[in-house]
Amino acid sequence: MGAKRPDRRGFLKSGAALAGGFTVGAVAPAIGQDQEHHGPQMIHEGKDQIAYGDRSKHVTSVRIAHGGRPSPDPWGLTFHIAAPLQDSVGVITPSSLHYIGTTRGSFLPDIDPKEHRLMIHGLVDRPLTFTMEDLKRFPSVTRLHFIECAGNRSSRRAKNVQETHGMTSCAEWTGVLLSTLLKECGLKGSATWFVAEGSEEIKGASSMPIAKAMDDAFVAYGMNGEAVRPQQGFPLRLMVPGFEGIFHTKWLRRIKIVDRYYINYNDFGHLDRDPKVAALDYQIGPKSVITFPSAGQQLPGKGFYEISGLAWSGGGAIKLVEISTDGGKRWNKAEFKSTPQRMAHARFSLMWNWDGKETEILSRCTDEIGQVQPSREQIAKYWNKPYDQTFSVQGLDNSIQPWKIAGDGSVTNGFA
Amino acid sequence: MASLRVFAVAFLMCGATVMAQQSGTFGVGRTPTADEIKAWDISIGPTGEELPEGKGTVREGAQLYRSKGCAGCHGANAIDGKAPNLKSKAPATADVWARGRILPLRAPHATTVWDYINRGMPLNREGTLTADEVYSLTAYLLFINDVVKEDVVLDAKTLPQVKMPIGNDYASLPDWKPKTPRLKGYVETTPPPKK
Repeated sequence: MGAKRPDRRGFLKSGAALAGGFTVGAVAPAIGQDQEHHGPQMIHEGKDQIAYGDRSKHVTSVRIAHGGRPSPDPWGLTFHIAAPLQDSVGVITPSSLHYIGTTRGSFLPDIDPKEHRLMIHGLVDRPLTFTMEDLKRFPSVTRLHFIECAGNRSSRRAKNVQETHGMTSCAEWTGVLLSTLLKECGLKGSATWFVAEGSEEIKGASSMPIAKAMDDAFVAYGMNGEAVRPQQGFPLRLMVPGFEGIFHTKWLRRIKIVDRYYINYNDFGHLDRDPKVAALDYQIGPKSVITFPSAGQQLPGKGFYEISGLAWSGGGAIKLVEISTDGGKRWNKAEFKSTPQRMAHARFSLMWNWDGKETEILSRCTDEIGQVQPSREQIAKYWNKPYDQTFSVQGLDNSIQPWKIAGDGSVTNGFA
Repeated sequence: MASLRVFAVAFLMCGATVMAQQSGTFGVGRTPTADEIKAWDISIGPTGEELPEGKGTVREGAQLYRSKGCAGCHGANAIDGKAPNLKSKAPATADVWARGRILPLRAPHATTVWDYINRGMPLNREGTLTADEVYSLTAYLLFINDVVKEDVVLDAKTLPQVKMPIGNDYASLPDWKPKTPRLKGYVETTPPPKK
């Protein structure tokens, strides 16, 4: 590695000799200039790197296909792709690493924002069509929100937190409140539901209650300080904070205001027999997971570690996170790294002095409306089902994730 | 007098601006024509009021199922293809919830089947089927699942009237309200015991 570098130490020595009069002590190498640290090699910045910078080549964290179906799939469609939560810091998921889910599997539409239109029609006084320029004239909101796929569930087979929890991500989104646009159109009194539709080839559509449209839904054109990425719905995505990922309609082109549940294809996917299951299949429950140490990682030995993880809920802001380092016997209050936002990932941590003995670590959270993340045993008890290998959590799985830590410091999935 | 009048006009204009903001309108956006809305509106609700003119039969649907390439992905008999099954393997006597997540069988409304074929099929040629073709394919898929008879003719009037086997045996979605637990009385709404 270092063979091509000029010998800076030699240069310093000769320089000092030329200057003369200094003691040997004065030419001792400064910190960072010893034999092993000649200073880093340069990254040669071409025009493209000046224009839009890449991360370091030494950072290799990547997304993976989720749930055994590859992307692109045999038809060339993008389906489910999971974010590398094990490498995450803070609460923002970089746009390039944000999880992806599509309706059915979908191609990525290449939309010219100048040509893109959003139409709002149906039970309104004035149907309206907006260009992207129009939308940017309205008062905007900027909010931190997670999006999580309903299929984000841990299993015995999962090898790491990317496989157990990678179908959630959090970004800062900017756009116009849907209530602002609906006031512009004049909502009729008979409006009870709305249908949102994307412009991809399948035109994925979902029905949602009008109460959500008037509460905190917005149409987003910005994500993490720039335009929404194509994989996330460029140029316009519907944000419905706290609802399952599929409702966050990408490539949004149309909102139709209606007076009944429309049962589109996406809604058909949500069809349940039991109203209790239907309720659990909609707004995301309180959920947390420890990202360090997590399965697949290795602790070098006993001593101090900062346990760190993410907590989120569709019910509002996270109020409390507790961590157990003894398999759930005792729970310790975790610290938040920044003020938890509503329907956003919250980063929590706890300093832990590991005694080097085998143990299990877990986290559980409570949100602002008092919902508490349950264990799988508690959920099985609620449904009067035995808690065994056949048990499956109904609705979106927000159960507590245990990580096992062996005496050698290796971390594995507690469900395995 | 003149200066007073100017003042009054300025005051009125000021008031108008505030009024506009209070009533929530900014005057941004363009009103689409009825034709533009019709061209874009492909959402077919349970009443079928958006359905276009046209009609289709089981016989035509069976031919289209092969000629449009459906069979290539979904299987010649609508089962065991690479794409989802469109016919149940379970006997017709079985509970509809035990017969698999088959769209033309479990959907609460036949309009959902029409809507999906129209917007999402065939793969890579979405939106190319004519209304008659979508009516025919819907008729064929409903027929092979014993939902309609072989001589059915589906159109904007008859399609919404098709009785689907599920009837009302499915849950309606919760009446969503902000800052409300997703399911009252569920385990997560009861704090865990203190140890």
